Amino acid sequence: MKIEEALQEELSFETPQLRSVYYALDGEGNYRQVLSSGCKAKMDALSLTWEGISKEAEAVRQEVLSGKKSPLAYHLRMRLLDISLLSAYTGLSKKTIKKHLNAKTFLQLEASILKRYAEAMHITEEELKSV
Amino acid sequence: MIAFEHKPAAHCESGVTSNLLNFYSIKASEPMVLGLGAGLFFSHMPFITLHGMAVTSFRPLPGQIFSRVTRRLGVKVKKRRFLNKDKSMQALDRLLAQGTPAGVLTGVYHLSYFPKEYRFHFNAHNIVVTGMENGVYTVSDPVILHPETIGYEALKRCRYAKGTYPPYGKMYWIDRIKTPQPDIKRAVIKAVKLNCQRMLDIPLPFFGVRGIRMLARRMRRWEKRFGPHRAALNLAQVIRMLEEIGTGGAGFRFMYAAFLQEAAGLLGCPAFRAYAAQMTEAGDRWRDFAAAAARKFKNRGESVCSYDELADKLMKIAATEEAVFRALRKTVYEL
Repeated sequence: MKIEEALQEELSFETPQLRSVYYALDGEGNYRQVLSSGCKAKMDALSLTWEGISKEAEAVRQEVLSGKKSPLAYHLRMRLLDISLLSAYTGLSKKTIKKHLNAKTFLQLEASILKRYAEAMHITEEELKSV
Repeated sequence: MIAFEHKPAAHCESGVTSNLLNFYSIKASEPMVLGLGAGLFFSHMPFITLHGMAVTSFRPLPGQIFSRVTRRLGVKVKKRRFLNKDKSMQALDRLLAQGTPAGVLTGVYHLSYFPKEYRFHFNAHNIVVTGMENGVYTVSDPVILHPETIGYEALKRCRYAKGTYPPYGKMYWIDRIKTPQPDIKRAVIKAVKLNCQRMLDIPLPFFGVRGIRMLARRMRRWEKRFGPHRAALNLAQVIRMLEEIGTGGAGFRFMYAAFLQEAAGLLGCPAFRAYAAQMTEAGDRWRDFAAAAARKFKNRGESVCSYDELADKLMKIAATEEAVFRALRKTVYEL
């Protein structure tokens, strides 16, 4: 990669200060450090991943609104968690968490369990109950 | 507050190592650190998953670059993990009070100053904590241009992230310098030998050039196995890992080429410059692969490759890298 190639694909980021060091060839074929915001392929990969996440989360949100799933299922998707990860954070078993994804079961949950979920996801209990 | 010079770098672990060594007046550039740590690698491991997809990685396990480099340079390091979260923070505070900067392994998801776009549940990020004042820590994160600050609770959360490779509060620091004048030439030769071995000799299909070929083989079947949407997400995950901040879409191939150039001067061996050029070619091929893959999962433009064509590109990359390392090994064993 030449220095010009590293710089030509300057991207606009939501976080503009994000630039990183790259190693690229100068005119004499020696490697130099350059600061660039990165190449397009990376940006596309990131945006595809985030689009996929928000699409899935929106689908889950609709299911929550229609009463099929609990708000926990939505927050799980939104925060890129899966059941085994949430199980590691809360100390609840995967089987228990699966049950709590059901809207009816979730409504009957004790406050202490809700608190564990809220702490694991770093949100308030109110936020946990809403979508 | 410790007078710690923050130098931004392309990659977190090599940057942290380079900065920590610099604090103890050992000058080693980031490419040098990558080279000495035999940091060029490839692995594709279907049995470890991240976000439900196989892990593809372009670097050795977290912590390996640091431990290899320090061993080669005769630097004594200490490492600790903690089961008790509060004790891990107390130990960090004690270390800072003694004026020792501490390397800390963190998860990225809870890292408050990190750009939102990059905050996945990825647990192998290295930072140096350089000071603490009223419960706010100053950290030197090599992938961010300037030093940052992070609160007590947030830092604790990051050190105890869960998921693939949980860090368990891992902390490491330089204890003392055993050999003040290390034989850098010998270190480079040993490190290159090790890197050749890692890329060529591991008798499992997941690692080194074999791993690249395995990814190619699996990629050909993705669409049939997962359907178009999941296949695209799998491809995007590979590209994200390939880029992983600052590799120029080449998974450290350019940085390793920079190391080979530095080594050519150090060893007085012009052949290394030729290998650097070949490594650059491998890097350019990775970059080309990344661009083609991005067109594929974005599905735009007239020239969209199929997964088969992408896999063919990977096979060519594997051949290029195998040729470089075989030639490199021959030269380095004659030195």
